[in-house]
Amino acid sequence: MKEKKREMEKVYGRPRLRKDLPLMYCPGCHYGIITSLVAEVIEELGIEGNTIGVSSVGCTFVTTQYFDLDFIDSAHGRSPAVATGIKHAHFGKPIVFTMQGDGDLAAIGMGCIINAINRFEKITTIFLNNAIYGTTGGQLAPTTLLGQKTTTTPNGRDPESAGFPIHIAEFFSNLKGISYSARCAVNTPANYNKARKSLKTAFQKQVDGVGYSIVEFLSACPGSWKLSPKDAMKRIADEMIPEYPLGEFKNVDNIT
Amino acid sequence: MTERILTTGNEAIGYGAIYAGCRHFFGYPITPQNQCTEFFARELPKVGGVFVQSESETASINMVYGAAGAGVRAMTSTASVGFSLMQEGISHIAMAELPCVVVDVQRGGPGMGTTQTAQMDYFQVTKGGGHGGYRNIVLAPDSVQECFDFIQLAFFLADKYRNLVFVLSDGIIAEMAESIELKTLEFDPLPEKDWALTGKAQRGGNRNFISCSNLLKRPTRDGLKALGDKYHEIEANEVRHERYMIDDADFILVAYGSSSRTSKEAVDMARAEGLKVGLIRPITLWPFPQETIKGLTSQAGRFLVIEDGLEQMVEDVRSAVEGKAQVHFLGGIARHEPGPGGMIFPDRIFEEVKRLI
Repeated sequence: MKEKKREMEKVYGRPRLRKDLPLMYCPGCHYGIITSLVAEVIEELGIEGNTIGVSSVGCTFVTTQYFDLDFIDSAHGRSPAVATGIKHAHFGKPIVFTMQGDGDLAAIGMGCIINAINRFEKITTIFLNNAIYGTTGGQLAPTTLLGQKTTTTPNGRDPESAGFPIHIAEFFSNLKGISYSARCAVNTPANYNKARKSLKTAFQKQVDGVGYSIVEFLSACPGSWKLSPKDAMKRIADEMIPEYPLGEFKNVDNIT
Repeated sequence: MTERILTTGNEAIGYGAIYAGCRHFFGYPITPQNQCTEFFARELPKVGGVFVQSESETASINMVYGAAGAGVRAMTSTASVGFSLMQEGISHIAMAELPCVVVDVQRGGPGMGTTQTAQMDYFQVTKGGGHGGYRNIVLAPDSVQECFDFIQLAFFLADKYRNLVFVLSDGIIAEMAESIELKTLEFDPLPEKDWALTGKAQRGGNRNFISCSNLLKRPTRDGLKALGDKYHEIEANEVRHERYMIDDADFILVAYGSSSRTSKEAVDMARAEGLKVGLIRPITLWPFPQETIKGLTSQAGRFLVIEDGLEQMVEDVRSAVEGKAQVHFLGGIARHEPGPGGMIFPDRIFEEVKRLI
């Protein structure tokens, strides 16, 4: 049989704005996918020369190293205030985004982000919700599911003592200053493509000066969930999405 | 001809900032510095600047962190209680080495304390109110003119060392009105802020990265050494103090801010009776004029520290004299009345001098 030489066309690779460094994320963590997706969208929109990222405390802290963009890290939960300072320093010109986890945004930094939205800042927030505290070893997050075992809810989250999972994308969509609020996941190719579209819309709202925009990602944390990467992926579909439905909760082109 | 105006300490801070080229202010109302925040809200837009009222002092200081990281001169002002809320951000600024200016108009403490004047934040400004043992330069004006001048100096020193500088005022200096000269002060040239976040297009595509952690930007031991070296350089170069009737003095008062004004009057009262009393006024509370005070123990056997609060700066004076002189203290309990409006008047200080001599 005659051997046929196959020419392989490169159809996908590491986004140019995601630096070629060894990944520090745990195996099966979705942060790597989401980081690359953000890098890809910023590149596609052609805003990289004018974009400044802000990370906070938690696993988002290491994302600073992967973006080939101007970046600053900040105290736990305070990145919307830091982003406000940067945005105003250059009189509204740069595109500024924050990368925040669930403890960072929805616990210690909840007041900070709500007030940034309410001040009508034109900032974009990437909210990575894995329903647990990853960096510190698996404690309760505001978004932890009911019954979910964490190191500080060893018998599962009981609302009597630990409250309820908080729905950020829906909650923030009720705030006047929000131009775009969506929840996404990267557990299937279809969801990945929708997430890409949502991210692009969110950044575009800022480019157009419409208002604050936020994209919440349901993100797997196999290490702290104590699941294999495959089972963690399955948990997104089986448990996370039923509690936290995907979709757009607000998408407006004008806020008055 | 330079312009002269009659204004208050709080507003002089605002004028000083505008003369220093500061166009970004982030703040939250709190007594007794409200006129300062209001000044910026009113005046900054007139000169093309930005005023943002934050939701808390925690947010204010983080906005300053962001704006300073973006390379502009940015500041906030607050009073004691709000200053406590800023300590987290201040510690992060120390690690990120960003040039920021923070004004603390002291009121009574601890806790909610009083809304009126006091000098009770000395430890917090000089010893680091947040975690990690960092250092901030502290300038203590004793007049409305110095409020204006020291804000300009603060921005220069902040940029020179990439360090946070505090201007420590108090309720009396903040609210009293004096005639001041509006004049831009001249300083040495400063290096370009080539580290600032301006978007990487400005730098041919090379990114800038600012971190408030040693984990990602440099090895921990290198980071500690860099900070330590910088603090020693500041200690060697930036100590400032005022000497009043010191040359032949054998009894020395030590006071800063509003207390130094009343102490000066007490020195005059003592001199009128032939007593050889002088005053050392630390202008930088950190770095503290330690060597000056130590040197004066060869001519003076007694020091009296006047501070409107409980014993704080007196600890630094005791440390400076190294046991070679007696250090006395006159504090908040020497106020003329028991309510929050009390003050330590010159005649009370003079009475204490006479008692000790």
